[in-house]
Amino acid sequence: MKKTHLVVLVFIAIAIGVLISYTGNLSSYETIASAKQKEGKFVRLIAKVDKASPIEYNPVKDPNYLVFTAIDTLGQTTKVVYLNAKPTDFEKSERLVLNGRMKNGAFECKDMLLKCPSKYKDDPNMAKKNLSFSN
Amino acid sequence: MKYIGEHLLLGQWGHFFAVLSFVAALLATIGYVKATNAVSIAESQAWKRFARILFLIDCGAVLTVLAIVYYIISHHLFEYNYAWSHSSKALSTEYLFSCIWEAQEGSFLLWMIWHCVLGMLLINKKTVWEAPVMAVISFMQVCLAVMIIGIYIGDVKIGINPFLLVREIFQDAPIFNTENYLSIPQMQDGQGLNQLLQNYWMVIHPPILFLGFASTIVPFAYAMAGLWKKEYTGWTKEALPWTLFSAGILGLGIMMGAAWAYESLTFGGFWAWDPVENASLVPWMIMIAGLHAQLIFNATRRSLRAAYLFFILSFFFVLFSTFLTRSGILGDSSVHAFVEGGINVQLLIFMLVFLLPALALYLKRYAQIPKIIKEENTYSREFWMFIGSLVFFLSAMVITWQTAFTPIYNKLLGKTTAAPEDPTFAYNKIQIFVAIVIGMLTATTQYFKYKDTPIASFRKKIIIPLVLSVAVATCISIFGGVRYDTYGLGFLAAIHLALFASIYAVVANVAYILLGLKGKLKVAGASVAHTGFGLMLLGILLSSAQKEVLSKNNGILLPFEPATKENPTENITLIKGLKTNMGRYWATYEKSDSSIRNGTVSFFKINFEDKNTHEKFSLYPNLIKNTKGQQGFSNNPDARHYWNKDIFTYISYASTMDGEEDTIQFRKHTVKLKDTVYYANGLMVLDTVAINPPNTKHTIGAADTAIVATLKVRAKDSSTYILQPAIFWKGAYSTLVFDTAFTQNIAVGFTNVNDTTGAIELQVKESARMVPFVALKVYLFPHINVLWIGTIVMVTGFFMSLLYRRKLNKRQLPTT
Repeated sequence: MKKTHLVVLVFIAIAIGVLISYTGNLSSYETIASAKQKEGKFVRLIAKVDKASPIEYNPVKDPNYLVFTAIDTLGQTTKVVYLNAKPTDFEKSERLVLNGRMKNGAFECKDMLLKCPSKYKDDPNMAKKNLSFSN
Repeated sequence: MKYIGEHLLLGQWGHFFAVLSFVAALLATIGYVKATNAVSIAESQAWKRFARILFLIDCGAVLTVLAIVYYIISHHLFEYNYAWSHSSKALSTEYLFSCIWEAQEGSFLLWMIWHCVLGMLLINKKTVWEAPVMAVISFMQVCLAVMIIGIYIGDVKIGINPFLLVREIFQDAPIFNTENYLSIPQMQDGQGLNQLLQNYWMVIHPPILFLGFASTIVPFAYAMAGLWKKEYTGWTKEALPWTLFSAGILGLGIMMGAAWAYESLTFGGFWAWDPVENASLVPWMIMIAGLHAQLIFNATRRSLRAAYLFFILSFFFVLFSTFLTRSGILGDSSVHAFVEGGINVQLLIFMLVFLLPALALYLKRYAQIPKIIKEENTYSREFWMFIGSLVFFLSAMVITWQTAFTPIYNKLLGKTTAAPEDPTFAYNKIQIFVAIVIGMLTATTQYFKYKDTPIASFRKKIIIPLVLSVAVATCISIFGGVRYDTYGLGFLAAIHLALFASIYAVVANVAYILLGLKGKLKVAGASVAHTGFGLMLLGILLSSAQKEVLSKNNGILLPFEPATKENPTENITLIKGLKTNMGRYWATYEKSDSSIRNGTVSFFKINFEDKNTHEKFSLYPNLIKNTKGQQGFSNNPDARHYWNKDIFTYISYASTMDGEEDTIQFRKHTVKLKDTVYYANGLMVLDTVAINPPNTKHTIGAADTAIVATLKVRAKDSSTYILQPAIFWKGAYSTLVFDTAFTQNIAVGFTNVNDTTGAIELQVKESARMVPFVALKVYLFPHINVLWIGTIVMVTGFFMSLLYRRKLNKRQLPTT
């Protein structure tokens, strides 16, 4: 066998090994109920802010401390602790992807992704709303 | 109904030219195919003339469509959805261009325009390869034109017509029941350009990036032409300048995107391994692999099969990235993918219509593509170049897998997998080793000669740069302060190894220019590009590994607040006017100004003072009001640039952001001297009440009379404050002057004196809102300029090479 072929095979083997290990490290999207069953495991929670419960954030005292309640589409709720600044548009977000772990009944959130539908691109519903008379 | 004030003719012409571009491109494709397959030269020439004219018509049509879109946007014809959804009257001229490429249709148009430019250059060269190459490019124009013709065949929507009216899209909106709907306020202005795109990089980055995308078709088309005509080897020299052009421009476009992300996004960096970023990086990496395979072939007649594959895949991954970012398949995994435009199936077909025939042709002809049986020498340049290409290519494949696996897997099997816990590290821990290997190869390979290298001379030449690099790298490793151990010692060691590899790449290539090429810059393009690439690696490593959060919050955390010990504390709160301790700086929030650009932007002036050097400077991070009917703000960071570092800051939170009314009322207390009033975090005692006292916070004019109450405030954390609310009489007017203890969230007013009892009326309010403050994040980025300089050097190298190779070709290659 040629050297080049050998090198090609070795590198491809390495690449495949890397990919398999990557695939093994994947996390998953969860609901609040299923996240509670996987306490301590890193998950991505899809939920939204429960506006009926208070949002605790006092940046004068501590800009890195946000506590709120998240509710998912199945109606489950959980307390979420986020040790960072409250993201802009937090209250207006329609959906949150919360990355973190369930611990002692509360979700310890490492970081979050806000879904404000037209944050980056246009949202037809929002545009439609702007076309109504009540504007 | 007949509507008033619409400019319908313009849109009809626009749509006509869009359809014309489709038809012309289709006929040009047919003409070029006929010309390629023609048996006689005369027949071929006749078809070629026909196809050229149609390609020219196509170019004219595309340009006209683009001009009409620009006219609609710049003349604010808001009956058109393009203007209404993507622009507003407040935008300055340069951002009107950004409006064009904010939407899918506009970015397709941009792409087509670049194909026109590239196509004309190719036609103008009058090469023997014109017909097959232009057939491929014309066919691409057909596919892109389909994206913007916006017609329906049955119920199937084909493409998005850029000239749709607002009332055609939102047919049931009530305002369209009136014939003069254009005079209704919400039709008088557009929804605006996305606030994040209102940045000068967004004016220039998309055109350059799309030129890069568009240019990948040229090497692809040459490769296809070679397979098609069964002239497998004739195109590789002629196509080389195009490959170099594509690699240079695409690299530049990607790095401009990185510069935009660095300047206007807040993740604190230039690269986040976001799918959209990866999607543009992957074709570039494969193009680089293809470039090297092509060079190997030109010098040694080896690696041609690899070159074919790389050029096919580089172009394919441009199409794949289009599919990935525009089909909405990325969903939650990217912050800046496009929302589904309803043309997913079309995008999928677009991708496959090139991939499948190209791969089929490649496999069918594979055995006929010339190769050399004899094994290459280990002491040859081509051997190591090929290894480098292979590593680059496989690295691109790994990145593709990591980017696209979960969304596609989830889509196909209905699963809910997501990226790993630390997605960027998942990339970094692999790519750091790629960087090490590529850095070493970039340094060493040029010291080998093609075919065979006398080992003694190789050793003699490489020893100087090697020793020098080891010395420099050791110094940087020891004194450079790279101690990034977040991911353990193994990763730190890899970083140091990569640092050495990148320094070695820089030193060895500079040495090669000086010693190997004797400073002849004309032929040094490759070495210059490699030097730039080495500098880029070095800049990436230094800035990422030494990035530091300066805004450690150690100022005003109250000890009796909830447990926040393990808190990352990466945001610091600055209360207006209060000089705050921030690591090696003092930081003060001086003022804010929201009167700029029609009140859509709020600037915050933050003063910094270096504790050691006493250097003072101000930064103006700002908040841009969201457009398109969204409430809230987006961040726009600001940075101070030094030659060796950047201080980078953005607003995490501002008291002005909520914009809600302060509903908390003042509470009235009637108190006598030495009485105590309690508030949430402590107590205050009325100490004295005096008329025009000598030592107060207030400036009392000669003609004024002031009654000043002095209160001693004692907080639970045993800090003390003096508050001095006052009543002023300036002539006949009396004014109340409140005093506030910002850190205690209290404001105290003094509203009345009871002459008979001697008691006074105090008004006390406790609210976080009244305190103007910002929460701020501040980063230190060292040596980010090394990355930007490296980029410029690398792109310069590509163009030096391009010019040199073009000159060589002019001497050697025949034309028709």
